[in-house]
Amino acid sequence: MPKKKIEIKDLELIFGKGEDRKRAIKMLHDGKSNDYIREHTSSAVGVRKVDIDIYEGEMFVIVGLSGSGKSSLIRCLNRINTPTNGEVLIDGENILDYSREELRDMRRHKVSMVFQHFGLFDHRNVISNVAYGLEVQGVDKEEREKLAMESVKAVGLEGWEHHKIEQLSGGMKQRVGLARALTNEPEIMLMDEPYSALDPLIRRDMQKELLGLEDYIDKTIVFITHDMNEAFKLGDRIALMKDGVIVQIGEPSDYFENPANDYVEEFIADVDKGQVLKAKQLMREPAYVAKENDRRTTTRDALEKHEKSFCYVIDDNDVLLGYVTLDDLNESRKQTIESLVKEEPKALYRQLFLKEIYPLMEKGTTDVAIVDSKNRLHGVISYDDVIQALSI
Amino acid sequence: MIQLLGGLLGRFGMAMHIAASWIVENLIEYPEELVFEVKVFFDAIIDWLIANLGGFFDVIAYVIRNIFLISKDVLLFVPWWLYVIGLFFLGWKLYHWKMGILLAAMLAAIGMFGLWTEMIYTLTIVVISVIVSILIAIPMGIWMAKSKSLEVTLKPILDMMQTLPSFVYLLPAIMLFEPGSVPAVFATTIYAVPPLIRLTYLGISNVDTEVIEAGKAFGSTPWQMLRKVELPQALSTIMTGVNQTTMMAMAMVVIASMIGAQGIGYKVLFAIQNLEVGAGFQAGFAIVFLAIILDRILQGLTATSEEEETANA
Ligand SMILES: Nc1ncnc2c1ncn2[C@@H]1O[C@H](COP(=O)(O)OP(=O)(O)OP(=O)(O)O)[C@@H](O)[C@H]1O
Ligand SMILES: [Mg+2]
Repeated sequence: MPKKKIEIKDLELIFGKGEDRKRAIKMLHDGKSNDYIREHTSSAVGVRKVDIDIYEGEMFVIVGLSGSGKSSLIRCLNRINTPTNGEVLIDGENILDYSREELRDMRRHKVSMVFQHFGLFDHRNVISNVAYGLEVQGVDKEEREKLAMESVKAVGLEGWEHHKIEQLSGGMKQRVGLARALTNEPEIMLMDEPYSALDPLIRRDMQKELLGLEDYIDKTIVFITHDMNEAFKLGDRIALMKDGVIVQIGEPSDYFENPANDYVEEFIADVDKGQVLKAKQLMREPAYVAKENDRRTTTRDALEKHEKSFCYVIDDNDVLLGYVTLDDLNESRKQTIESLVKEEPKALYRQLFLKEIYPLMEKGTTDVAIVDSKNRLHGVISYDDVIQALSI
Repeated sequence: MIQLLGGLLGRFGMAMHIAASWIVENLIEYPEELVFEVKVFFDAIIDWLIANLGGFFDVIAYVIRNIFLISKDVLLFVPWWLYVIGLFFLGWKLYHWKMGILLAAMLAAIGMFGLWTEMIYTLTIVVISVIVSILIAIPMGIWMAKSKSLEVTLKPILDMMQTLPSFVYLLPAIMLFEPGSVPAVFATTIYAVPPLIRLTYLGISNVDTEVIEAGKAFGSTPWQMLRKVELPQALSTIMTGVNQTTMMAMAMVVIASMIGAQGIGYKVLFAIQNLEVGAGFQAGFAIVFLAIILDRILQGLTATSEEEETANA
């Protein structure tokens, strides 16, 4: 089990002031609805009692209609909003107890944010937007621009670093926003509807790029969207929000297999599973994996035990080298399996959607390797698995 | 019969007349008994200020007078042709060579009118007032944008200050200081400061919320926030304010000639008093030229400073 990175406990957030807010809190605890509170006070409910654990390295998506409290919630995670009640633990520390300095330190080094309307400083050019986080830390100009340049390259904006913000298209602006958030090398990235203001085509490209980036950057990402397709495409796990509360939390397949209620069912009604479910969500642990220096006989015995005709072979860093067949193992007289490894031509990238992978696969139950962009083996999938997932 | 009617009408007319004059005396004209002059209060306030804070005003007067004298001497020390050539290059750099020639020609024209020294006097008062206005207004505007209570108190005061006719500002100035350049600088500054406070406040409070959030989210201190995000974002609004303030100061400095400020304004006043139409027009044109020159320079500086800001920030 990966470690918990962010723990949100009994979180409540009410926008308002003084006595009026106190009355609103009381109404909230008496179980009055958001609309009731809005009508009877001048305060507004942003979040009502939310509990979420987010794991290290996870892409966690919060989805919900406009006004459901997504922005209110995510802004509690770097304390741009101050919650009314509850706790937010990051690496086990309650950030609501932080002093100003500790908070600033957290924002500088641990948590960064990408905004819906980009939130760029249009009085600065691309590179000095991207370098802003380092600039406020007091990193000198040459050093910070060197580091910023790396993020600019990572988001594919090389050559644009000295342009003004107003000269960029929407997609490029959001790349600047993303690069700015990457420069601080944060452990957590908060993304509040980063792609909602973009055209559908650009949006699809950006989603793909983000998924690709995920392999390189080992970050915990909290991503917000109001688009269920986007949520399922990107999310390892998804929380569906409505009126300030979480309706369901789970992996994409959980939503299809057991929707919590009619609202959820309606919400996912026109989601195309083939377009949103990814290889990595469907893959299984392989029954057996061999290391390149394993003894031939050990591998043979293991395959016979698992009743498999072949297995994948990896090196010490989990990188996929190929496969060995039971027949070859039986015929050979070698000590180790190294020379028997055949190259695997068909390994699939784990971020591919089911629609994209099933034309590439042969019918049947043969396991196909699922790898990341560094060709590390993550799991296996068969044609039948895909068909079964799509038909639920 | 007719006589009788006439007599009746006459009486009636008489009665009406008496009634009317009674009404006028007692109901329409403001009754003497209800006159209550507040002037005594103001006299008392000013007397009190002079009696108790006289030393303070003396210090202010001393400081303003010396700043005025030194600046004036410095500005007068520079030869006239250097101004003209300098202005040409400035106009060229900020706009294009044609603008350079136009501005330089306007400045030379003021000299041709025989008003060079007067122009320097006027310019000195305007420059000092604008600098003092900036020093007061920008911190004030920022503070107003940050503090709800200051915003609530200051807004109506600013509204009132902007509706008062300009020569009202001469009153306290002339009461607190001896006639001359000091009350002129004082009155000009007070008259010119409100638009800059207001526009600084507007500029700062209108910065996009997401941009502010971004500043916070990357760990800016409040000071970094102000210097690296809010002020640059508000810059063009603030520069508009500086421009307005300068134009207000130009307008006021002419009126301030009524309380003994020397300069082009005094020439206008003198021309009016002596019915010298030609001289009046000449001085009037000099004022307009100076105003145009200042306006162009400020607008040009605003535009280029914004470009540089994006280029090397
Ligand atoms: N600063 C604020 N002051 C008062 N009420 C607010 C504030 N921000 C949000 N709210 C209220 O809180 C509720 C949740 O808003 P929130 O912005 O979190 O929704 P959202 O899910 O992000 O919606 P969207 O998809 O439109 O961004 C809404 O009813 C909104 O009116
Ligand atoms: Mg939102």
